[in-house]
Amino acid sequence: MLTLDKLTIQQDDFRLEADFSIAAGSRVAIIGPSGAGKSTLLSVIAGFLAPTQGHLIWEGTEFTRTDPGARPLSILFQDQNLFPHLSVTRNLALGLNPRGKIDAPDRTRIETALIRAGLEGMGARKPGQLSGGQQSRAALARTLLRARPILLLDEPFAALGPALKAEMLALVAQIAREQGMTVLMVSHDPDDARALCPQTILLAEGRAHPPRDTHALLDDPPPELKAYLG
Amino acid sequence: MAARLRAIAPAVLAAAVLATLVLGTLAAVAWRAGGLSGLRGTDLSAIRFTLWQAALSALISCVLAIPVARALHRRRFAGRGVLISLLGAPFILPVIVAVFGLIAVFGRRGIVNVALGHFGIEPLSIYGAQGVITAHVFFNLPLATRMILHGWQAIPSERFRLAATLGFGPAQVARQLEAPMLRAVLPGAFLAIFLVCLTSFAVALTLGGGPRATTVELAIYQAFRFDFDMGRAASLALVQVAISVTALLIAAKVSLPARFGAGHDRLAQPIAQLSGGGGRVGLDALAIALATAFLLTPICAVLLRGLPAIPTLPAMIWPATLTSLWVAAASVLVTLAVALPLALAATRHRWAEIAAMLPMTASALVMGTGAFLIAQPFVNPTSLALPMVLLTNAALSVPFATRILMPEIRTLQADYDRLAAALGLRGLARLRLLTLPRLARPLGFSAGLAAAFSMGDLGVITLFSDGQTRTLPLALFQLMGSYRMDQAAGAASVLLILTFALFFALDRLGHHADPR
Repeated sequence: MLTLDKLTIQQDDFRLEADFSIAAGSRVAIIGPSGAGKSTLLSVIAGFLAPTQGHLIWEGTEFTRTDPGARPLSILFQDQNLFPHLSVTRNLALGLNPRGKIDAPDRTRIETALIRAGLEGMGARKPGQLSGGQQSRAALARTLLRARPILLLDEPFAALGPALKAEMLALVAQIAREQGMTVLMVSHDPDDARALCPQTILLAEGRAHPPRDTHALLDDPPPELKAYLG
Repeated sequence: MAARLRAIAPAVLAAAVLATLVLGTLAAVAWRAGGLSGLRGTDLSAIRFTLWQAALSALISCVLAIPVARALHRRRFAGRGVLISLLGAPFILPVIVAVFGLIAVFGRRGIVNVALGHFGIEPLSIYGAQGVITAHVFFNLPLATRMILHGWQAIPSERFRLAATLGFGPAQVARQLEAPMLRAVLPGAFLAIFLVCLTSFAVALTLGGGPRATTVELAIYQAFRFDFDMGRAASLALVQVAISVTALLIAAKVSLPARFGAGHDRLAQPIAQLSGGGGRVGLDALAIALATAFLLTPICAVLLRGLPAIPTLPAMIWPATLTSLWVAAASVLVTLAVALPLALAATRHRWAEIAAMLPMTASALVMGTGAFLIAQPFVNPTSLALPMVLLTNAALSVPFATRILMPEIRTLQADYDRLAAALGLRGLARLRLLTLPRLARPLGFSAGLAAAFSMGDLGVITLFSDGQTRTLPLALFQLMGSYRMDQAAGAASVLLILTFALFFALDRLGHHADPR
């Protein structure tokens, strides 16, 4: 279980409170108007930003002050998920070992992850030689190797076209199910939430509401969400 | 917290090394000087001359640069790009080579005086105040031209298009667009050149001297070498630091950015209506031709006379060349080892940037005098000649390297800090996998500059050397001193070629190592 325990984020006149838990293995979307603090909340969970108050707990272990790389999670950003000067294999190797060293068993695991992500035989390429969709797949393959229980997605695949995006969301859902990953996804597109996440957290007016059934929430939105959805 | 301390430790160490070198030598100088009572009347004229020649050199460089920059901006011709690149060359040209070239052109038996002689005109002298200023203009006219050209290019092309639709001619363009740009750019250009000329030593040593052309730096050297009056040398060093710091403080306030608003692109082609034709084309061509001749003739004169003389060089040149090469290599390593940690820290910690800029307040002679005073009771200072040449040149290269690295580091951190943190990439692994590959180009460029500065140095070595420990510039200086001019030209050619080769090799290496 991932718990955000009385979490408060205060930056000048911006304030966000979150106090909820989500079950291990669930997939939850975070939606809300822009400026509500969706990405800020994810930054706090990922460890790029310290909360003003409160605690972050995964399966009984607190990680509020842990370094980003040591938290029980992987994160995919909107872009810049790969180092452009390293080959795909070297990029994936960083998921196994942040020192970047690879031995023979590692190579096998990297190749397996590439196959799983549909990038068989592309390990030697540089990210610039891959299409946008392939770059997303490579980043996803790295989260497979990292094998952390939580996956954070910050407006992922936003640079991809609609068809590619749907394909990637399906791949994420499949991998998450197989690995038993807990997924938290920030998106401004309600269709992404419907596609990937059975549950949704609404972020509005400085508060993160506890997760609700996605379809129920989107079909009968409360006023603050209605204004955003239009 | 411990991890954060570990991450910042190299920068703290680098700052401590620089502070020891700059402030430690300054403290030694201040302690030995015991005030300014050691100064003589001639030292006051050295102070006056230093300020006067720096102001005049900066003024002449800026005034002459305006027509050259305008011509380069509004005309297109074959070789324009090469010429603009060449304007960067004097920056890495060894001073002693340039001086030799200027003597070959403007000296008593130089091209210019021979030509004047045909018309029965009295020969000009390259020695004295006019020589010092000519050499400074030679070095800084290209610098000023580049800065002013940059100002011209920073005027958005939309303004020029608007000016064209309003029916402006060259005169209105000058009044409405160019004058405000020049008002914004010229003070910064003037001060930058003024600052460089304040710490001029090698030019004054070779072309100046005497009561009417001695800079403070040269006075330090003379008090030190000829009078063995360390108290006076120290007092003069204090004066030098006071002048540099004052000028730096003024420069920090004055260099205003040009306010032209944002524009989308640069003018690919100048608009004929704005640039003018006929007589104006002729004047522009003349400005470019004169500036090019002024810059290239001395260098060509060195090579024409020097290349055939290389086989006749005395044997002592080659050990001196080797010495210069290894000092340059070591200086490159020290520069990067100090500048990279400071530049990496400087985007988040103001103190790191201040530490990196600290050497700008010192000069080679001030640091040399201080180091001599510290070392004297313990060891024979002569044995420190090469280590001090290495350290002072590295220290004086650090501000440049840091300025070159910082913008690239900002980009690197904005793009990849979060990803690296999310993957736990840090320490040496981060340096090897992320920092060094992404910074290959600016590191190569910085290394090239540091190598060139060290190769061309004729400062601290003159203080410390016993005449036997030589670098290539010192060997060249000795050849000039004994009037073996053909051999001096040969040595100057060797120095010139090696300096440029090192710069280009390191710069290319950076491009080559860039994995993009």
